[in-house]
Amino acid sequence: MNTQARIPAVELPSDFRSRAHQALGDAQLRGNFRKAMDSLMAKRASAFADADEREQLRALGNAIRARALSKLPQLLEQLETNLTRQGVQVHWAETVEQANAIVLNIAQAHQAKRVVKGKSMVSEEMEMNDFLAARGLECLEADMGEFIVQLDHEKPSHIIVPAIHKNARQVAALFQQRLAVEYTEDVDQLIQIGRRVLRQKFFEADIGVSGVNFAVAETGTLLLVENEGNGRMVTSVPKVHIAVTGIEKVVENLRDVVPLLSLLTRSALGIPITTYVNMISSPRKPHEQDGPEEVHLVLLDNGRSQAFADGELRQTLNCIRCGACMNHCPVYTRVGGHTYGEVYPGPIGKIITPHLVGLAKVPDHPSASSLCGACGEVCPVKIPIPALLRRLREENVKAPDTPHPVMRGQGSKYSRKERLLWNAWARLNSSPALYRAFLRLATRLRGLTPGNVGPWSQNHSAPKPAPRSLHERAREHFATRGNRP
Amino acid sequence: MTELYYDAAPNATRVVPPLHGPRQYPTNKPAQVYLFGTCVVDLFFPEAGMDAIHLLEREGIAVNYPQGQSCCGQPAYTSGYTEQARQVAKAQLALFEQDWPVVVPSGSCAGMFREHYPALFEADPALLRQAQALAARTYELAEFLLHVCKVELSDTGAPVKVALHTSCSARREMNTHLHGRALLAQLGNVERVDHSHESECCGFGGTFSVRLPDIAGAMVQDKTRQLIETGAHQVISADCGCLLNINGALEKQQAALRGQHLASFLWQRTGGAR
Repeated sequence: MNTQARIPAVELPSDFRSRAHQALGDAQLRGNFRKAMDSLMAKRASAFADADEREQLRALGNAIRARALSKLPQLLEQLETNLTRQGVQVHWAETVEQANAIVLNIAQAHQAKRVVKGKSMVSEEMEMNDFLAARGLECLEADMGEFIVQLDHEKPSHIIVPAIHKNARQVAALFQQRLAVEYTEDVDQLIQIGRRVLRQKFFEADIGVSGVNFAVAETGTLLLVENEGNGRMVTSVPKVHIAVTGIEKVVENLRDVVPLLSLLTRSALGIPITTYVNMISSPRKPHEQDGPEEVHLVLLDNGRSQAFADGELRQTLNCIRCGACMNHCPVYTRVGGHTYGEVYPGPIGKIITPHLVGLAKVPDHPSASSLCGACGEVCPVKIPIPALLRRLREENVKAPDTPHPVMRGQGSKYSRKERLLWNAWARLNSSPALYRAFLRLATRLRGLTPGNVGPWSQNHSAPKPAPRSLHERAREHFATRGNRP
Repeated sequence: MTELYYDAAPNATRVVPPLHGPRQYPTNKPAQVYLFGTCVVDLFFPEAGMDAIHLLEREGIAVNYPQGQSCCGQPAYTSGYTEQARQVAKAQLALFEQDWPVVVPSGSCAGMFREHYPALFEADPALLRQAQALAARTYELAEFLLHVCKVELSDTGAPVKVALHTSCSARREMNTHLHGRALLAQLGNVERVDHSHESECCGFGGTFSVRLPDIAGAMVQDKTRQLIETGAHQVISADCGCLLNINGALEKQQAALRGQHLASFLWQRTGGAR
């Protein structure tokens, strides 16, 4: 197997619009996503057959997350105290650089050469694979989907199903080429091939890395859900386990986990529970047969406290990473995860990424939505994603030097010309005489409507104003008969 | 490192709780209503506004159309120009002095009144009270006809097959996605056919369709294809924003199918003169 060899991957364009354009022209990719998202939507719908129960559970999920965030600092301290008492070493990282340095320090202390990693989006934020590889450590993805994208030198295109952009044929060709196995499109056989490769790696690894789904403050428990068993393996076979997670993943107590877990698995994959629910609260105890000798938890901020500091934007941190928003998003379905160019794609990606990397790096993210509301409708913890997208647009068009910025990169879409246009628009629409004069002009000159009206003409014929406006017709209607019915 | 978080602002949320859930409707038909026509209807679909007036008048309701009205402010609001949206919204807020229901032939503009005006005027107690009062008496036309007027329509038209497109705001902000269906069901000769991915957005999204024309174009192309595939003779929608998008795309594709506002369709099917 050769995961390190650099094979020139298909280069993606450097900006969102060009990537979107390219993805939209890729019929295979669009077909893969449409089919997969339709299936995930159907699964979620059948898992929430009772709408009343679903809405009660969502309200509860929202309340639990809001309560946890309302006392986030205290809960994080409580989590640290309890974990430390139980023998877990807790590390704090404000940036991904700090988080990577912490992981590298632990690895070096153990003279580690091989790292095996369960699914973790925070480790994607850290780009841990590349960071460790550059320092001579092999870091292998153990989740099947992540393993596939790593083999192809790609990034995940979905936070739950990372290789969803590929179909079985593409995976078959990839395995044949990189793993030197016989070509097969049989999905079960493909999974068996992947599992065989990974099985050996678990026993060779010096360090296992995992993410965390919920960190329970009251009991000092790291809860991790998964379906393939790789999470169980990476957290119990290697001598050292490092869990990495964002600071927002903390919940108050174990009772809070029950509804959140149900919301998570049903929203993500339409399943009542995952095959594995790992609960980790300490390293191996003297009387225990297995488990790591050391457990570390790295708590990463990476811009989350910027979202936390604003009452509205804080709701972004409710997220439990189920991916339902992307499954239901008409934009994500069409452009796929790689178009977003960042770790978190889709609606949640559009509202969290600006905090992680700054608005300037993702200036098109907030605009790339029709605000249709499908994401907000399915969010299990009721994040008002459309409202937050709108708010980010507001931050995006502010003058860059506006005092007291709430976000890094505010004003990345600021245009003096556009602002003046909206000022004129506001003037027109708030003075009735001016507006009516505009109507008269537009309707009288309707014959002069240009055939090409900019970007609109790409998909539409130019709209032509009516011969007479509603204002005019209504005035005439009521002038002749009054407003008697 | 935890001290970082102690500096954070209190969890004072700016988000006004949504008005979702079953809505209480007045039990008696009012004598008077306001009509807020919307700017898209005003300029591109005035007949939809007139037919809304006709339908309401036929129910014995006096319709008041304030000549001072323009736009609800949504284009600026969703583009992030909140101040400009507020300026326009403030002008509309002043138009509806009497305590009459405000009927809007658009889920999206009605949603702006109901869901977003209170948020816009949160900082000004007097305007906030006004905005909340307006929100409480704003109705989308279809729900008003169905639940307040309790219309009983009788179809006078020839058999026809129609596809119904419901706007995202009607569906998710106004909760009026089933009202159009119920009204069409009263028409004996009208067969409603459902299109694939019916609940999916048509790709309009106001300025979205001109800011990201590639993505919006893919959305409207899928939507128009799915509508054509139903074999419907006509598309019906209660939102002229969607109709501007869908009809513009159909025309560009040189397809025969077109969309019409629900108000016009109902008025024509029930013997109304043009």
